[in-house]
Amino acid sequence: MRASRRTAWTLLLGLVSLIAIVGTTALLLLIAGYDVPRALGALWTGSVGSWYALTSATLVRAIPLMLTGCAIAVAFRAGVWNIGAEGQLLAGGTGATAVALLVPGAGPLAIMLALATGAAAGAGWAGLAAVLRARFGVLEVISTIMLNFVALYAVSFLVRGPLQEPTHAYPQSSSIADAVHLARIPGAGRLHVGIVVAVVLVLAAGWAMRHTAAGYRLMAVGESPTAAASAGMIDVRRVTMLAFITSGALAGLAGAIEVLGVTFALYEDLSPGYGYTAIAVALLAGLDPWRVIGTSLLFAGLEAGAGAMQRDAGVPSTLVSVIEALLILAVVAAQALRARRVGVTVVDERPREDAA
Amino acid sequence: MTDALTPFLAATIRTATPLALAALGEMLVERTGIINIGLEGAVLAGAFGALAGATAGGVAGGYAGAVAGGLLVGAIFAFCVLVLRGDQIITGMALTLFAVGATGTLYRALYGTSGASLQAPTSGPWAVPILATIPIIGDALFNQPVITYVAYLLVPALAWWMARTHAGLALRAIGERPDAAAAAGIAVTRVRTVAVLIGGALGGLAGGTLVLAQAGTFVENMSAGRGFIALAIVVLGRWQPFGVALGAVVFGAASALQFAFQAMGWNAPYQIFLAAPYLLTLAALAGAMGRARAPAALGRPL
Amino acid sequence: MSVAPPALALEHISRNFGPVAALRDASLHVEAGHVHALLGENGAGKTTLMHVAFGMVSADRGVVRMNGAPVTINAPSDAIAAGIGMVHQHFTLVPAMTVAENIALGGRGLLRHGAMVEAVRDIAAATGFALDPDALVETLSVGAQQRVEIAKALARRARVLILDEPTAVLAPAEAEELLRWARRFADAGNAVVLITHKLHEALGVADRVTVLRQGQVVHTGAAAEASVQTLAGAMLGADAPARHETLPPPTRAGNHRRATVASDATAILAAHHVTVHDERGRARLRDASLVVRAGEIVGLAGVEGGGQWELLRALAGRIDVRAGRIERPTQVGFVPEDRHRDAVLLDRSLTDNAALRGAGGRRGRISWRTLRTGTRSLMDEFDVRAPSTETVMRTLSGGNQQKFVLAREMTTLLLRGRDAPSDARAIVIENPTRGLDVRATAEVHARLRAARDDGAAVLVYSSDLDEVLALADRVAVVHAGTVRDVPADRDVIGRAMLGAA
Repeated sequence: MRASRRTAWTLLLGLVSLIAIVGTTALLLLIAGYDVPRALGALWTGSVGSWYALTSATLVRAIPLMLTGCAIAVAFRAGVWNIGAEGQLLAGGTGATAVALLVPGAGPLAIMLALATGAAAGAGWAGLAAVLRARFGVLEVISTIMLNFVALYAVSFLVRGPLQEPTHAYPQSSSIADAVHLARIPGAGRLHVGIVVAVVLVLAAGWAMRHTAAGYRLMAVGESPTAAASAGMIDVRRVTMLAFITSGALAGLAGAIEVLGVTFALYEDLSPGYGYTAIAVALLAGLDPWRVIGTSLLFAGLEAGAGAMQRDAGVPSTLVSVIEALLILAVVAAQALRARRVGVTVVDERPREDAA
Repeated sequence: MTDALTPFLAATIRTATPLALAALGEMLVERTGIINIGLEGAVLAGAFGALAGATAGGVAGGYAGAVAGGLLVGAIFAFCVLVLRGDQIITGMALTLFAVGATGTLYRALYGTSGASLQAPTSGPWAVPILATIPIIGDALFNQPVITYVAYLLVPALAWWMARTHAGLALRAIGERPDAAAAAGIAVTRVRTVAVLIGGALGGLAGGTLVLAQAGTFVENMSAGRGFIALAIVVLGRWQPFGVALGAVVFGAASALQFAFQAMGWNAPYQIFLAAPYLLTLAALAGAMGRARAPAALGRPL
Repeated sequence: MSVAPPALALEHISRNFGPVAALRDASLHVEAGHVHALLGENGAGKTTLMHVAFGMVSADRGVVRMNGAPVTINAPSDAIAAGIGMVHQHFTLVPAMTVAENIALGGRGLLRHGAMVEAVRDIAAATGFALDPDALVETLSVGAQQRVEIAKALARRARVLILDEPTAVLAPAEAEELLRWARRFADAGNAVVLITHKLHEALGVADRVTVLRQGQVVHTGAAAEASVQTLAGAMLGADAPARHETLPPPTRAGNHRRATVASDATAILAAHHVTVHDERGRARLRDASLVVRAGEIVGLAGVEGGGQWELLRALAGRIDVRAGRIERPTQVGFVPEDRHRDAVLLDRSLTDNAALRGAGGRRGRISWRTLRTGTRSLMDEFDVRAPSTETVMRTLSGGNQQKFVLAREMTTLLLRGRDAPSDARAIVIENPTRGLDVRATAEVHARLRAARDDGAAVLVYSSDLDEVLALADRVAVVHAGTVRDVPADRDVIGRAMLGAA
């Protein structure tokens, strides 16, 4: 009964989100003076209007968004402001590319190794921010942003230097061997098995958050580090470190899967900002990994459709960023208003000012 | 060597100017206990505002547009954080994303995607009489666009204001103990709102500087992380005007080294120079935080 | 000679917080030259009424008059301008600023260091307070900080001074000194409102007394005509349970006190020559030793900052000691003073909050079903009033929150497997009833005694000496980082709190 009510609630929330996204898009198009029906038509065609669009455009994009969205959700839940999923994704992509190119032979073992290296690279990249916070008190908000830029320029250097393809003509690495490609899902265009990996991992993360002691500790530290330490005797530093590492590993894996399943080589623009969109994905999901599956599909559809809108209706694809930003702000406002409403129902606390 | 010094110093000051403007504004904001990650967005909005303003009303119009752009971002931030009491970090991040999307969309919608770069009128250097004739540093420090002199004056003015006026004392107190400031009769939210708006305006001015005093045109995403670096400079400068100015100059010098090295024929990968400010920031933050004392209420939920 | 209008008059003030009426048609007249005691239980509306006068809370209805003329007070700045000063229970000083800066805060125009220092000197001369203008507030003792707060109000020429529970944080001798000063200040033609729930304090110093109960004025009159009994009756209303603070100073051998525990009873909690440093490396506890045995309540007294914060947490296993040895069971129940900060997750359910106990050492899966059952029985056993185990903590009243925390820390229901406690049970509690009303206070005290009777070792710290005396089988005093056992005698304890032999 409880579970079915929760499912119903989630579905309703998803529907509201969908309406909000389409509504906001339509409104912005209207304000900017575009041909709204035509643009929305393009949005539809480009995202879910055909089997090809659904699988090869939307679902393929949903994979990195799902993993990075889950990465953000895990971190934010623990009170870790990891804005660095983008950099961690790039680190993961780089690690996976290096392994895929360097390790001789191929097959499942090489794939596993490449994915594991990608996750480890992402975790390591996030770990830098974690150490900076634990050892030196550097706010991770600032350090993860800085590390995003460092990762971007590092990749830019690598694809023009040590990892550049042999002809030195293009800023990209050599292509990885066919044998280390993630398998395509038959009959589903460019969609690859990465989607299975992503869904399974996100489901597992959501289950762990709800049902394990470690997941509980993450939540408790995020809610109140002081109470977690004092009442729960939880090692807050360790939990925080775990949150950074887990978050970074998920984002790094997203990068690895992107290389092994989609680009087959390392590029500067491996990610069109998945790590930033992930923030919107996670927030709209209420930081619940299971709901991230839904919201990542919504945003993947939006981004896939935006490309079509630009082609067919001349609408700048940057409009997507505006929509994402407005949705984040709407979530922030809704949370703030709800918190205030809760505050009002607790009024029997107020006269206690007398004492406290 | 001295031949290289003057251009190096000039480049340092040129790069430091927008960083200093944005960081000084953010310093005021953080002194009230608020952290605005949307500063990057304010710089970008300012740059776009400068383009729009300059096409309509020349350089003066450009600076007005820059301030307006930054103010808009500051105002949205103030509304979400101070009125609705939303989360500071998420709001700031969203505003940066918003500015990236909105300026990109508007730019493409208004000026087309052709990529033909639009020329904005620029404010050329103005040599300060007498001072500009000082050997070596004169030409570097005092033959700059007027906006640089604004930054020069802002530093001592803010330092004086913070230390020597009751309003400055109130600002500092709010960042430490907002409840204490409120009990002393200070209108905390009003002061914070004004600080956020000024921070936005100065961030916008920083963006305007990029267009009107440097590039002469707008490029999508041209703030290129300067707002984020300014955030770090505030920490490095320990929330003090002169410290912040020094931090901006250090970053300016680091960037200027790139040109100096190229001039000297040293051929390092250019990405190292691009990444240098961020690496420098991380290293400096790790070194600085232990000793610096942040405003006690910084970033706390309201 | 016509009667002068009161210096401060609050007339027919009502204020609701949502459905709760915090103030109902409350009136208060404070004459110049008077110390006016405002009495009431925790939650009676004393502070809220004074926050209305000081512009921190707006009244739904009612008028504020100064010397007969109505004044509009919408913000503290209005109150300050009208000549009202308030010393809050939690000080509103900026720790990182100097005394002079704190006193200057809220002014206009230019800030001149010389003038600021001069102003502090003037106030020091007028009040007899020792004030160092350039001292950082964070380096001052609690008593000294309170004097800065008063100086702050006087610097704005306050003629009506509101003191909110000013003696709660002071040692008895300091408290008496403060009350004597308040008397002198009033005698000079000013007015003082003294918020308190201590009757002997009110009767000792005040000219007039007003009693609030549930937001209503239930008594007002000359102090000379009131007695402890009549005021206690007014504060508590009919058929209220008896409460230690409202009774005459407690006799030393209360009938609920247990016979002295044999000194060979098992020591459950013990600190042996313990030294604890704070994060700045200053020693907060030096060579401190204390033993709590099975079946006794040890009461700990001490002024704020004396080292009790560290001692309680070291014994509860919440902080590490730098030197010395702590003896304790693996699980020590700990109820910290700041419940919202250190004991609960305000925005989570009661079940989630119950799960906090032992969360640091838990492994593997969490069985929420078991936890929900445990939470349910814990609520039943401790009479925690909440709709369900899934109710959000924030929506509970303060008393129910405290009972819940107490239940969680005392119960064995939630601990399983390797965390399950042996017979040795220990509870460490800091200010157990701060912010609670009479009924909740009585319940908490009864729980602690029951645990003691059950064989638990109980360590209670309270900044309220009366509470220490009411609960303790044995008393220890912390002063300047050292601990010593003292007889349960008010005067001896009071002197020990100030470090006197």
